[in-house]
Amino acid sequence: MILVLLGLVLWAAGIWVNVRLATSPAAQTRVVQLAVPVIFGLTIVILWELVVRGLQVPLVILPSPSLIAVRFSENLPILWADFVQTFLKGALSGYVIGCASAFVMAVLVDRSDFLRRGLLPVGNFVAALPIVGTAPILVMWFGFDWQSKAAVVVVMVFFPMLVNTVAGLRETTAMQRDLMQTYAASYWQGFFKLRLPAAMPFIFNGLKISTTLALIGAIVAEFFGSPTVGMGFRISTSVGQLALDMAWAEIVVAALAGSAFYGVVALIERSVTFWHPSQRK
Amino acid sequence: MKTLGAVLTVIGVLVLVWYAACIPMNIKGVLTEAERAGVVVDPPEAKVRRDMSSVGLSLSNSFAIPATWAQERPRLPAPHQVAVELWDTTVAKKITSKRSLVYHGWVTLSATLLGFAIGTGLGILLAVGIVHSRVMDMSVMPWAIVSQTIPIIALAPMIIVVLYSVGVQGIVPKAIISAYLSFFPVVVGMVKGLRSPDAMQLDLLRTYHASKAQGFWKLRLPASMPYLSTSLKIGIAASLVGAIVGELPTGAVSGLGARLLAGSYYGQTIQIWSALFAAAILAAALVGLLGVIERVILRRMGMLT
Repeated sequence: MILVLLGLVLWAAGIWVNVRLATSPAAQTRVVQLAVPVIFGLTIVILWELVVRGLQVPLVILPSPSLIAVRFSENLPILWADFVQTFLKGALSGYVIGCASAFVMAVLVDRSDFLRRGLLPVGNFVAALPIVGTAPILVMWFGFDWQSKAAVVVVMVFFPMLVNTVAGLRETTAMQRDLMQTYAASYWQGFFKLRLPAAMPFIFNGLKISTTLALIGAIVAEFFGSPTVGMGFRISTSVGQLALDMAWAEIVVAALAGSAFYGVVALIERSVTFWHPSQRK
Repeated sequence: MKTLGAVLTVIGVLVLVWYAACIPMNIKGVLTEAERAGVVVDPPEAKVRRDMSSVGLSLSNSFAIPATWAQERPRLPAPHQVAVELWDTTVAKKITSKRSLVYHGWVTLSATLLGFAIGTGLGILLAVGIVHSRVMDMSVMPWAIVSQTIPIIALAPMIIVVLYSVGVQGIVPKAIISAYLSFFPVVVGMVKGLRSPDAMQLDLLRTYHASKAQGFWKLRLPASMPYLSTSLKIGIAASLVGAIVGELPTGAVSGLGARLLAGSYYGQTIQIWSALFAAAILAAALVGLLGVIERVILRRMGMLT
């Protein structure tokens, strides 16, 4: 009970510090803007730890953060193998194939007004569907290994990417296209020098949405059958064995992989679309 | 009108491609069945056939092509097979039957709607808090954004097992996953929407000596409606995915996710495809319904001309 009270006191102290920081004149500085969410996150973790210890919450309901950290550091080789299987083999290869083929498709579709009129509503419709449900079919076709996971990822990222790229390629104004024409630019010159750069913010929007979708697809596809390695496999079997600390460690891996993947794409976006208003400082 | 024609053409081409794909996908199974029934198949040895390409087999055994669209357990069912199965399990079955897709769809839909209501309700509340409190904005908002980049769905099996161990079963665990998935898109969209009035409009309200609550009800909330409806559409699609995935790891016996899983265990491909299409129709109907509501509300508010 004392531990719980201590946790609540610490949490209140964290909030108090945050209130002081947020209302202080230094609130706009980078350090404070970084410090406030970090303090908030830390107090939540400490409260979690102390409540779990203080009330002696059983492991099958909620393991404490320290236990998860121990499990994480003990099982690094297993977690790494799961990461390679699910992320590098399944999600990443599917992401590259899916995004690349959607891009090529978008360039082809863009040349024909008829195709664009027909494909765009269909693509928008499909992008809202629970595509993750195709996982059992694709697992049946491509086997249990990472190929089927990559296939699920390809199907999941294809339509958001297609819709975004087609919308991006429409972004230039008639005036800009006319200017290229007065320069006697060929189709591909106009494409590479005007329309592709103008489409980049949209393309990166699609790429960023697809990062999350790729991981979701690769993990959920493993619930339908997988070799005895992989993040989705580990989560479902650990939960089945009531080893929730291991499941949480795997979720930490998934969270780190997801935010790192998104972060890398966002960094590339910043260097490619430096001219866009949203990237200017 | 032009758009409708183009869409129909694209869908028509897709269906044709689907029928064509059925031939090489199913030909090997069809030929094995035909051989057992005593029909002479072109390369008579099963071993030779296994190593041949599916397209080559289809060409040399063109008599078997119609059968690839009528198998009982095809690798890829033909569109009309899926349509017939959908019709049989929705209209032709009593909705109380365990094989009725309406029954399974309702199980999933009820969890989706409950979760969606909880998730959007909490999301809107948190967004209001974030807009009105600097501390909440600075401490919670970064986490809300980061959480959109992580595969939250990985938590689904655990939520279900944990709730089961404390005695909560049935619709609630699935609804919690649904709520969790629709929560963050709504928070992020709603914060954007509540912040969308520009400084000029806020200043105008200040010159009217409007209170904070008046500013909220008369300016911020109406201005946020387009943003809210966009994130609601994303949220309901995510909710449905959450409810379906929530049915996977527990071996649930009812719901669209359970139909998918059972179909994949027993190789009932037609059942998988019809459950998949039922889920797609459900998602489209939900998003479409929200779209209609959005148009009606925005039109009454004068935001849509």
